[in-house]
Amino acid sequence: MTADAARWAADLSEAAVAGDRLALARLLTAVENGTPVAEAALRRLYAIAGRAHLVGITGPPGSGKSTLVAALIAEVRAAGRSVAVIAVDPSSPITGGALLGDRVRMQAYASDDGVFIRSMASRGHAGGLAPTSTAAAAVLDAAGFDLILVETVGTGQSEVEVAAMADTTVVLEAPEMGDEVQAIKAGLLEVADIVVVNKGDKPGAQRTAAQLRAMLVASAPRTGTTGSAPDRPRPKRPDVMITTAATSAGVPELLSALDRHRAGGRVDETSAARLVRAETQVFAIVAQRIRARLGDPAHVVDTAGLIGEVAAHRLDPYSAADRLLGKVDGG
Amino acid sequence: MTPLGPVEALTVGRSDHPDSIGAWRAGHAGYDGPMTDRPIKVLIAKPGLDGHDRGAKVLARGLRDEGFEVVYTGLRQTPEMIATAALQEDVDVVGLSILSGAHMTLVPRVTRLLAERGMGDVLVTVGGIIPDVDGPALREAGVAEIFGPGTTIAQVADYLRANARPRA
Repeated sequence: MTADAARWAADLSEAAVAGDRLALARLLTAVENGTPVAEAALRRLYAIAGRAHLVGITGPPGSGKSTLVAALIAEVRAAGRSVAVIAVDPSSPITGGALLGDRVRMQAYASDDGVFIRSMASRGHAGGLAPTSTAAAAVLDAAGFDLILVETVGTGQSEVEVAAMADTTVVLEAPEMGDEVQAIKAGLLEVADIVVVNKGDKPGAQRTAAQLRAMLVASAPRTGTTGSAPDRPRPKRPDVMITTAATSAGVPELLSALDRHRAGGRVDETSAARLVRAETQVFAIVAQRIRARLGDPAHVVDTAGLIGEVAAHRLDPYSAADRLLGKVDGG
Repeated sequence: MTPLGPVEALTVGRSDHPDSIGAWRAGHAGYDGPMTDRPIKVLIAKPGLDGHDRGAKVLARGLRDEGFEVVYTGLRQTPEMIATAALQEDVDVVGLSILSGAHMTLVPRVTRLLAERGMGDVLVTVGGIIPDVDGPALREAGVAEIFGPGTTIAQVADYLRANARPRA
């Protein structure tokens, strides 16, 4: 890291924490771009982050995530708390471009310093978030926001990454999302702490919520019934709620449920969610550093050669990986 | 806002370089080392009351296809909303689409607010129905380029690539 990067990082971090929104925005840009300034800033800021409640909002495209986030912002502000939003939309796999449209539903807070909204393009990352979403959330956390809402790209059945970064995961469903078998499939619904059936004014909302309750809550194994393996991970028993985000119906109740989940002792520095988040972050950085070392001019020709051998089926991928790791071990 | 974090925890080892804060505030290219090839980030906004957003949407989609990261904020934006969005998103470009004739009122307010908030270096372009006679005054107010009817997406994209300076 250069002295310049360290200096910029120090200045930006200090200003962002003191409430300077431009500094915060610039810091987030550095984080998105994975620059040396971002790394230096995160090293400084990490110690003061960890106080915010990180809430993930995920669900299929068009289920109302952005509208729900907008309605939640209103509730949170009415309660006098500050809120930051990270809204992720997909990057084009073809051009790398992105259309970030989540702000359209969140425009009412232009002159409210207690609200900060940032769009992020997923930049090729496949889990529903951008590769730097967790780091961006840490910066917003350090900047003092009480609540951080992370809205994923529209998800399907298996983009569960947000659950690894959030203290509380909210999964949205629209009415008539499918039959009860959909509700007992593994994946997205399993990671929910709270399941929200949005568009509650549409026909079928009550029935969908009832089906979800029956399958996710009533039929989930109770503590002590997981048999002979007490350490086996237990399914969550999510709250199932109905909201109509467009009119804010049910949204105050949702905010209360978020607060209850946090207060339930499941969100603290030793909570499983935070351990998972920490582990994910550390391993992601390890992987990144290994890749960076292998891309180093000293190794890059060998690396490309090995990959070519694998592509030509002259070498199997396990042997290639072992040889590459051997290089990293050797410095 | 709730009380902010312990600032003093961050002041340890801070730079006492006299120009550093001012330099990043002014978007100084030196604040973050070498330029990356990351996408240029563009805010497409429609200030004022006209409801004609087809052009803005087509441009937003077209720039997406040209590899830009486009933040689209929708209809009926106040200059304050646009400046806030530009700042929070830390965009490189603000593109304003106006078909109502209110550009002489709205555009200078946007550029003034951007400057007041330390975003004076953002490239501001205007598209829509803008009489030639208003061009000089808009440029005087800080508009870099005006795109009228018949402009192609490729022309806009090429102009932005040549003139926007991506923040590192």
